[in-house]
Amino acid sequence: MKRVRKNKRTEQHHRGEQLRRLLSPRTFLQRHAQVALDSLGRLYRNRISSLMTATVIAIAMAMPAGLYLLLDNLGRLSGSWDGQASMSVFLKNSVPASTAEKLAKSVRQWPEVGSVQLVTPEQALEEFTERSGFADVLDVLDENPLPAVLIVLPADDYSNPAAASTLRDRFSRLPETELAQLDLQWVQRLSAILEIARRGILVISSLLALAVLLVIGNTIRLEIQNRREEILVTKLIGATNGFVRRPFLYSGIWYGILGAIIAWLLVESGFWLLSEPVSRLAGLYQSDFHLETLPLVLLWVLVMGGMCLGLLGSWLAVGRHLDAIEPT
Amino acid sequence: MIRFTNISKRYPGGYEALSNISFHMEKGAMAFLTGHSGAGKSTLLKLVALIERTTRGQLFLDGQNVSAISKRRIPYIRRKIGFIFQEHHLLFDRTVFDNVALPLIIAGYRYQDIGRRVRAALDKLGLLSKERLYPITLSGGEQQRVGIARAVVNKPMLLLADEPTGNLDPELSREIMALFSLFNDVGVSVLVASHDIPLIQELNYPVLSLEHGRLASSNVDAA
Repeated sequence: MKRVRKNKRTEQHHRGEQLRRLLSPRTFLQRHAQVALDSLGRLYRNRISSLMTATVIAIAMAMPAGLYLLLDNLGRLSGSWDGQASMSVFLKNSVPASTAEKLAKSVRQWPEVGSVQLVTPEQALEEFTERSGFADVLDVLDENPLPAVLIVLPADDYSNPAAASTLRDRFSRLPETELAQLDLQWVQRLSAILEIARRGILVISSLLALAVLLVIGNTIRLEIQNRREEILVTKLIGATNGFVRRPFLYSGIWYGILGAIIAWLLVESGFWLLSEPVSRLAGLYQSDFHLETLPLVLLWVLVMGGMCLGLLGSWLAVGRHLDAIEPT
Repeated sequence: MIRFTNISKRYPGGYEALSNISFHMEKGAMAFLTGHSGAGKSTLLKLVALIERTTRGQLFLDGQNVSAISKRRIPYIRRKIGFIFQEHHLLFDRTVFDNVALPLIIAGYRYQDIGRRVRAALDKLGLLSKERLYPITLSGGEQQRVGIARAVVNKPMLLLADEPTGNLDPELSREIMALFSLFNDVGVSVLVASHDIPLIQELNYPVLSLEHGRLASSNVDAA
């Protein structure tokens, strides 16, 4: 009787200890850190094949990342366009400067007009010389061929394409106007082209992300097969599915991270190779344009993406293959 | 500890390994399970360890009906059971220490506790000097003892052993059985399947005898 009571007390003590053990966040973190390191160590022990897998993942990730960066740089090239539909109203050469100024003043009163800036032929010449890269051409000419220009920004309510083109028609009808032109058109065309390219990259990215998922999934599937015996034994001595799953999920995450880092190196070195010729080409157009990659942001995005793909890929493999391994 | 009420096990394909088995093994008891090969010894142990599920009847472990327990709960039941296999099922890519530590890692013990408990278990089985070795370098008897250390390190309530002496010489077999008695003395319930009749007769424990899937004779309480 005495012994029974003692047993009961030690059992209660045992239960309490078990509960504390499971609830301790430190133990939880310790276990996860251990499993993560174990998985990393396993990759290191098979470093050649791990590296090959990671490189396949890296190439699949570097492609869309590189294309996207190129596109981003192109977008930047299209100028510091502020997204508003400005228009240029070129005045006839015969219009004297005083009339142009009066016109600018009266146009400013129109309800459709937000702001008006008058660019005199002299200012236009100066700007052209500075920016265009064709300064030498102008020296050949005797007189300034440039007209006065009104640069008009429509009021906020009239900045949509339809209203903007009505306003342009109104300017066209003025007797002083030679030509009224929406500056937006070429920007719109470029951005339409960029949009198509962006969609294309989205499609390519999705396909390559799928490829990464499959590569990781297949790698994890092979690993599960190699460790079949271990899975059986751990299940026999009370491992939950979560416990068995964990090292494989961490392997997947590591593959993703490793692939991301290699992809980052590929993209950065690719852009480094391109940057010099691009700068030289830009220099020929008297532009100081150069390629930009934002290395830290890129690394961050790639690593996060890699981790997610790795986790998802291994999760799919584990879900499909782990349940099939049950002790008999 | 273990209660079978009218349990039958039929494998897919129709082979009935166990028919209508009923018995009750008390908490803290030790018993042997005998019978020819194919009589259903292994199946009975697998039912207790929830490796196989009963086709009919009710199975109680420690007062809990586990006949219809969900798959998700099984690991927690298994942690209360130490299972010793004939072919050890040790992991050959890790050391003796790591093999024995596995149940504790699974149950989520802290690393400080794991070292202490593993060494205590190894000490009890006379393997303390071998903790850094790989199982492949050990003799058959030593490997079996590592398997036992792994089964008892978690202080289970119930110890199941399937032909634990199957590959050992009589001397070693006797040693292993003596170890089981020792664990039983400190309150662990022990059920050992064995066809080593002479050895079983030497030891004075209840015997469940299976014949073609039926309980032929038993000096354990029929339930």
